Amino acid sequence: MSAAPDHTPTMAEASLAQRLAPYAPVLLVFAIMLAGLAAIPSTSSWLTLTVSGLAMGMMIFIMASGLTLVFGLMDVINFGHGAFVSVGAFVGISFLLMLEHMTGASSLWLNLTAMMVAIVGAMAATALMGWAFEKVIVKPVYGHHLKQILVTMGGLIVVEQLIIVLWGPEEIYITRPEALKGAVTFFGAALEKYRLVAVGIGLIVFLAMRWVLRRTKIGLIVRAGVENGEMVEALGYRLRLVFVGVFLAGSALAGLGGVLWGLYQEVITAHMGNQSMILIFIVVIIGGLGSVEGCFIGALLVGLLQNYVAFLEPKLALISNIGLMVAILMWRPMGMIPVVKAK
Amino acid sequence: MSDPILRLEGVKTNIAQYHILQGVDLTVPRGEVTMLLGRNGVGKTTTLRTIIGHWRAHEGAVLFDGEDITRLPTPAIARLGIGFVPEDMGIFADLTVEENMILAAVSGPINSARLDWLFTVFPALKTFWKKDAGTLSGGQKQMLTIARAMIEERRLYLIDEPTKGLAPAIISTMAHALRELKNQGASILLVEQNFSVARALGDSANVMDDGRMIWSGDMKELATNADLQERLMGLSLEAHQ
Repeated sequence: MSAAPDHTPTMAEASLAQRLAPYAPVLLVFAIMLAGLAAIPSTSSWLTLTVSGLAMGMMIFIMASGLTLVFGLMDVINFGHGAFVSVGAFVGISFLLMLEHMTGASSLWLNLTAMMVAIVGAMAATALMGWAFEKVIVKPVYGHHLKQILVTMGGLIVVEQLIIVLWGPEEIYITRPEALKGAVTFFGAALEKYRLVAVGIGLIVFLAMRWVLRRTKIGLIVRAGVENGEMVEALGYRLRLVFVGVFLAGSALAGLGGVLWGLYQEVITAHMGNQSMILIFIVVIIGGLGSVEGCFIGALLVGLLQNYVAFLEPKLALISNIGLMVAILMWRPMGMIPVVKAK
Repeated sequence: MSDPILRLEGVKTNIAQYHILQGVDLTVPRGEVTMLLGRNGVGKTTTLRTIIGHWRAHEGAVLFDGEDITRLPTPAIARLGIGFVPEDMGIFADLTVEENMILAAVSGPINSARLDWLFTVFPALKTFWKKDAGTLSGGQKQMLTIARAMIEERRLYLIDEPTKGLAPAIISTMAHALRELKNQGASILLVEQNFSVARALGDSANVMDDGRMIWSGDMKELATNADLQERLMGLSLEAHQ
């Protein structure tokens, strides 16, 4: 029996619209797929474009997820995030070129081993670079957004020039490992094997991030820190250490994204990270700053829309994503899954 | 008076160009409820935030159990065993009630006996255990923020206006919870505007004005002396209720 004064808690029943509101962003992904199905005359083309769009979305998500968490957790705007994408691509591709005897072999096992080495190498290099970037470039400008923009853009330029010094100014053309070349046919649609693998890796990364954020204490600290860092510290957690960890993880994920993006484009340049920042920022903004789920859904929307529009009206491909951002911000000004910040 | 668990000596805190605390002296005896009273804007919240380290004292010292914590970072201060309930509640709206509580149990998993006790103090928490904290009413959020501080035994509780803006039924739940905490021998520094709650719980009282402590003494003395209340706070607290 309760020792407390009699006070019966009540909660009003939510309406159908209120209950559906949290799922609206996910429904929007399906709505865009259906719109694509209606607009694209051939079902097999639609299927090919959908897989391509999902693959592109997954790769953008992998590159953008670290940026959204870094912004949400410490209010740091890192315009240099693209540097990790470029460095990840160059380091990863360098490993693949070194392991050409494995990537060129017909054995799936050897191909995957080479891919794993490239991915782990790229992620380790970008995590290390993220640690240095945070310590030297980001840490001195906490709380100063304008300085953050200037100094991180400066960092990006320096890293791009270092890539040119180390790997040369020319574009590097690459071929995918043998097992990832070609396509499989599904209901008459040609689905590139590499894109299917990219979708798989993106899903695994998303589910792993979601598990860490939802099921572990460190994940709770990160989510709570995004919302109200001051209170997290008042509970006794050192948010700065958590932030450094998130910055490292975000940098490593950007490196992974760089490897996947490089293999997707089959060419890498020092500026590829910088160029991808437009899409990354669109995804982070429409998802809701600091929201991993929002970032994931935003990336899928951007990937799908870009592929459908590029097929139907190629000149409108990039504009379509800007239009998507405007429409979503008019619908939900704080992004699709806004993070309530107490700051 | 028992030996103090917390002492502030001549603490001055500036926020931007404003000199909010202008030499605060305060003693919080161990195992007692110490009230911090005063009109709005006199520096009560700033005092608590300076103790927990959210704002830095520019001069003076904050001594916790004899240890100087003036320059320690907030997490280190909290880890010494200081629970903080801010005026704005500071709940994590995107986390469930359960997740809020798991996070507050800093030293490890939630102690089930302690949780059962908390459910008797705040039965509503059990009802909303799996709900997002952001969907709770104001009173339920306040219950959560107090429960979060109580989920582990702390050496000192800093509680800022726990009954502010709440309905009478919830205020009585809050007062009951704080009395339970007091009965366990907890040391509490409580900022409270509700005089009946202050009178019922407080052992000693400290009145602030213009960033300084202008009176310290027995709560009963303040509660029974309308002239003193008028002089210190500009109004009779009984008349104010």
